[in-house]
Amino acid sequence: MSADKKSSEPLFSKKNKKLITDPLTDNNPVTIQVLGICSALAITVQVNQAIVMSLSVLFVIIMGNLIVSLLRNLIPSRIRIIVQLLFVASLVIIVDQVLAAFLPDLSAKLSVFVGLIITNCIIMGRLEAFAMANKPWPSVLDGFGNGVGYGAILVLVAVFRELFGSGTLMGFPIFGNSLPGSESGLYQLGYQNNNLMILPPMALIIVGVIIWVQRARNKALIEEH
Amino acid sequence: MAINKESTGFTFGFAIVLVIILGVILASLAEGLKPMKEKNVRVKKQIDILSAMMDVEEANIDRSNAETEFSKYVKLEEAVVLNKDGKEVGKGKSAFEIDIKKEFRDKTLEEKDKKFPLFIAKNKEGASRFIIPVVGKGLWGPIWGYICLEEDMNTIAGVSFDHKTETPGLGAEINKPFFMDRWKKSEISDSEGDFKKYEVVKDNSGTTDPSKVDGITGGTITSKGVEEMVNRSLAIYTNYFKNRKSK
Repeated sequence: MSADKKSSEPLFSKKNKKLITDPLTDNNPVTIQVLGICSALAITVQVNQAIVMSLSVLFVIIMGNLIVSLLRNLIPSRIRIIVQLLFVASLVIIVDQVLAAFLPDLSAKLSVFVGLIITNCIIMGRLEAFAMANKPWPSVLDGFGNGVGYGAILVLVAVFRELFGSGTLMGFPIFGNSLPGSESGLYQLGYQNNNLMILPPMALIIVGVIIWVQRARNKALIEEH
Repeated sequence: MAINKESTGFTFGFAIVLVIILGVILASLAEGLKPMKEKNVRVKKQIDILSAMMDVEEANIDRSNAETEFSKYVKLEEAVVLNKDGKEVGKGKSAFEIDIKKEFRDKTLEEKDKKFPLFIAKNKEGASRFIIPVVGKGLWGPIWGYICLEEDMNTIAGVSFDHKTETPGLGAEINKPFFMDRWKKSEISDSEGDFKKYEVVKDNSGTTDPSKVDGITGGTITSKGVEEMVNRSLAIYTNYFKNRKSK
């Protein structure tokens, strides 16, 4: 590929745009590739947590893709996986430390799950499958697309779980006051929060429903058996 | 000269250089952020202690002003350190530095060497308050809190509980006002000054019986953890209060 061709390609060419839009829809890392399910179960009880988790993953995946892509011609192939892991782990530690220093309350809530970003297969998957073979800019876009695709599902699941499990969104009561003895709004009429929503299995069920809806709308996604 | 990047030498060199670079970056970051993290931990502890005594939101206490507000209410130089029998073994600022969570976890530490700090504070009206830190086990992880006693060293003025990983909506509710308010106004000792046990119950009798507290529906193990934590800690401090009162 000549240098001319590279400079003539616009930053957001059709191909590059596809890198962002694909993971949001027909190649979503969570609902289509079924990756990153572990964290989707763990930190989708509240929308706040889901958003911070998504942003953390977004940062790690973009930076990871960028670094690996820049060094792709230098990384010895025999140790490439462990090198990628090193970058991801370092980035995750940076996120963890920065959260602990600047957002201590949220950091306490996310506890071990920030550290567990390391094990999020979406990140390692993108580094190995995309960043190792592509130029930095497309890699950044790919990281952005996949990070947002992951985050979108996370937040969507969290909206359902927080709304029906705790009756709040971002911590604000939606259905009224649920405290026993001083109920207001819907709770006065006998409505109750669904405690099952708060437990991890419900996240799986919601992810399952999202996958179902998505495949029902796009028949091309259904695998042949 | 082209480098053979698949050679063993290059592979080793690459790995070594990379690890050194990343190590330096991470170490300097951790070191650079250390003062902020330590401050966060200290401030969180101060807010937790104050929230046993008063409504910190109402008093507009947050992370930004916690340190000045804390020194206004809590007189650290009056704080005491007790041993497991409730005997005074220390006094002063060192009480704040004791990490009772760590001591509670530490299996190698002997029971007699454990330290139990007691903070003495004055509320807005100038009345004495005694604040007892407590720590215990929930369902999934540690739970901890502070119990604040009124001037009589007997009536609970307020509590603040918190947890690390209890189930949201169930055990995690122990840090919600509706649960913590259930402890208020109950008494920790009988007329002799001896400790009486608390019982966390399910049958709603907590509203009438002062030695019972209603648990949390669906959070039985966490509620029982709170019960164990409160009873174990208060038993130690009641011994101390009995002596202090008789003086």
